[in-house]
Amino acid sequence: MASELITKYMREEHLPHIWCPGCGHGILMRDVAQAVKNLGIDQEKVCLVSGIGCASRAAGYMDFQTMHTTHGRAIAFATGVKMARPDLEVIVIAGDGDCAAIGGNHLIHAARRNIGITVIVFNNDIYGMTGGQYSPTTPTGEFGTTAPYGNIDRPFDIAVLAAAAGASYVAKGTAYHATQTIKLIENGIKHKGFALIDCAGICATYYGRKNKKGSAVDMMKFQRDNTITVEQAKSLPREEREGKFILGKLVENDFPEFTDEYQKIIDRLKEGK
Amino acid sequence: MKNRVLMQGNEACVEGAIKAGMRFFAGYPITPSTEIAEQSAVRLPQVGGHFIQMEDEIASMAAIIGASAVGTKSMTATSGPGFSLKQENIGYACMTEIPCVIVDVQRSGPSTGLPTSPSQSDVMQARWGTHGDHSIIAISPSSVQECYHLAIRAFNLAEKYRTPVIFLMDEIVGHLREGIEIDDDENIEIIERKMKQRPDTLHLPYHVCEGEDVPRFHLTGYDIRYNITGLAHGADGFPTNNNEIAGQLVTRLMQKIEHNVDDIVQVEEKYCDDAETVIVCYGGTTRCVMSAVEELRAKGKKVGYFRPITIWPFPEKQLKALSEKVKNIIVAEHNYGQILLEVQRIVKNCKIGFVGKVDGTVIMPKEIVKAVEEVK
Amino acid sequence: MSKMEIRLAGSGGQGVILATIILAEAAIIAGKNTAQSQSYGPEARGGMCKAEVIISDENIGFTKVTKPTFLLALTQVSLDKYAKEVDENCIVMADSSLDIPKDLKVKKIYSLPILETAKTEVGKAFTANIVAVAAINEALKLVGVKELEEAVFRHIPKGTEEINRKALYAGEKLAKKI
Repeated sequence: MASELITKYMREEHLPHIWCPGCGHGILMRDVAQAVKNLGIDQEKVCLVSGIGCASRAAGYMDFQTMHTTHGRAIAFATGVKMARPDLEVIVIAGDGDCAAIGGNHLIHAARRNIGITVIVFNNDIYGMTGGQYSPTTPTGEFGTTAPYGNIDRPFDIAVLAAAAGASYVAKGTAYHATQTIKLIENGIKHKGFALIDCAGICATYYGRKNKKGSAVDMMKFQRDNTITVEQAKSLPREEREGKFILGKLVENDFPEFTDEYQKIIDRLKEGK
Repeated sequence: MKNRVLMQGNEACVEGAIKAGMRFFAGYPITPSTEIAEQSAVRLPQVGGHFIQMEDEIASMAAIIGASAVGTKSMTATSGPGFSLKQENIGYACMTEIPCVIVDVQRSGPSTGLPTSPSQSDVMQARWGTHGDHSIIAISPSSVQECYHLAIRAFNLAEKYRTPVIFLMDEIVGHLREGIEIDDDENIEIIERKMKQRPDTLHLPYHVCEGEDVPRFHLTGYDIRYNITGLAHGADGFPTNNNEIAGQLVTRLMQKIEHNVDDIVQVEEKYCDDAETVIVCYGGTTRCVMSAVEELRAKGKKVGYFRPITIWPFPEKQLKALSEKVKNIIVAEHNYGQILLEVQRIVKNCKIGFVGKVDGTVIMPKEIVKAVEEVK
Repeated sequence: MSKMEIRLAGSGGQGVILATIILAEAAIIAGKNTAQSQSYGPEARGGMCKAEVIISDENIGFTKVTKPTFLLALTQVSLDKYAKEVDENCIVMADSSLDIPKDLKVKKIYSLPILETAKTEVGKAFTANIVAVAAINEALKLVGVKELEEAVFRHIPKGTEEINRKALYAGEKLAKKI
């Protein structure tokens, strides 16, 4: 029998999903459902906004209020939703290209404002939907269909980018470490201000094949064997951190949340001040 | 009682929007529309609404769609370059049928052009700016008073037909200050979104009732969970690759406006009854034509003007009927000839003349007078 | 009242735009029709600045000034430029520090110490536009003194009523002498 995560939090009639066999997105989507379930939030109170790309298809499968929007703009749509309905838990699911390339500007400014949105990045280092082009998180030297001679771009660390832009909760998870990642997503949703959880995914079909990473299982094993915690990462010299997946919370603080601050203006004007 | 106040066109647009129920504005500074953002920033929190200055034009468009999807009447304002940037998301609002108002205070282009100079060169962009077959409504005010009243109408039409409405202003009216009358509330019709009644359709966001063209609303963010997508979708709101459903959707999007042209279209005709020559104009250009026509009438010339207040859908029927009565039509607009193309398409039996400007200056009444006097 | 087409010119920062807004506001208070517009862009931020207001009992069609019936110039450059566009039906008011072009053929020329009056008599140079507004109103008999004062008060920061009232009085007095 299907678990409650499927029957209650997924739209069964729209499954199976379109993701390839071995794709990490299914695991990450399940993590999001589990986190919401653990928090006991009403499904009606969750507005899930996504953009375009493989990850963004999650909006169609998850049984929340869902908006599947335009490429890169999910955070901007979500900003409008949150301002109009601050009582909703607004969650954005975005891929690495959606969130850090075409949507990079919205990401940093939402982080700067510290608006109460939770962004969960399904980060598989590649544009999957369009067939394997390099993304802003593809490591230098790796291959994609548009990097046939090796990628000469330097990659973004999306979590570090969000933290630098002012996000008040930032964490990194992985597809392999589901238990820890669920907890990090839970904490991100609970967090009052802007939260981002950058989750390392797996794209065996394009990234794996282009870069000779083996099967999806091989890639999962690689993720398992090459992940270190945030604390471990701090004590390691830079060259030893290279190529490692990092797991854990990077930032948490209580910067004022944007819609709260705006409400204060409305209240002040109501009192005639 | 009517209260007469001095107001700038851009400000009047905001006051009208607030009267219509706007409670969310997202924008980005751009001349000559910036006063609309500034006034919204001042006024919205006073009425319990929200203003946000987004990081760019695209984000502003996205944010108002997000806010409107959860039930808040929303608006953004921009000018040519920003209007171009917003187009993809305008298409999203067309496809998902989320009501919103986009003000475009037109300026000279292309590109950055003459940022502070008047123009009407976004008329075709307003119609066909976003990709794909879609319908749209655009209205163009020609006075500060109309910036107020037509902004209310823009919201009403957006809600009634679940469509983005382009409030197509120009620098001439946007920056003009005039006295306007603010009506008492009871004299103003405010249309709210039509909500779903039948329990069996609540979970079908795009189900259309028999005899209606527009799906009724059930808001995102309340009791029923459903999906919105810019992909082709059926009544259930979920993506589909079914060609039949996709075809039906686009057809309905076009027809919901086509079927209701008589309700949407407004025109003004002056001195057209006995006119031999009629000037077709709209927006700020109308003010110049008004003066020219008065001057020509004083000289005994049989001249009038025809003004589409609704630019899109274009008042085809009205212009066609008029063209059967008059000999000459002169199109006056601040561009190289955009509405001229529509007029040439519709009018078959009149001589068609044109007065245009693309240098950022305003068409002067004497230029219209000359064009009329030169008609043979 | 026949249609007045009023053009004010000076340099950015002298407050000529606000002056035309105040005249437009006064016209509304007095129950007249009005259309006010201005030059935008870099000109409004330090260079030459032009603002216009049409006041009429009739409906106003074209909103821009075509044949000025009145021109105020507060700088030499703006006077030289816009004096070329006026005819014998126009009244020209210029600050007395300016040289009136010799060949200027207009209805009347008033040379008034507007800038100096603001600086010394009122005590604040920035009130020059209010001095000018009062002088224009007195010269053209546009609206009542109280209506003008009301219009000014709607557009100035709270707490500056006294100095502006002083400027209005000084401006009116200047024009009464002519």
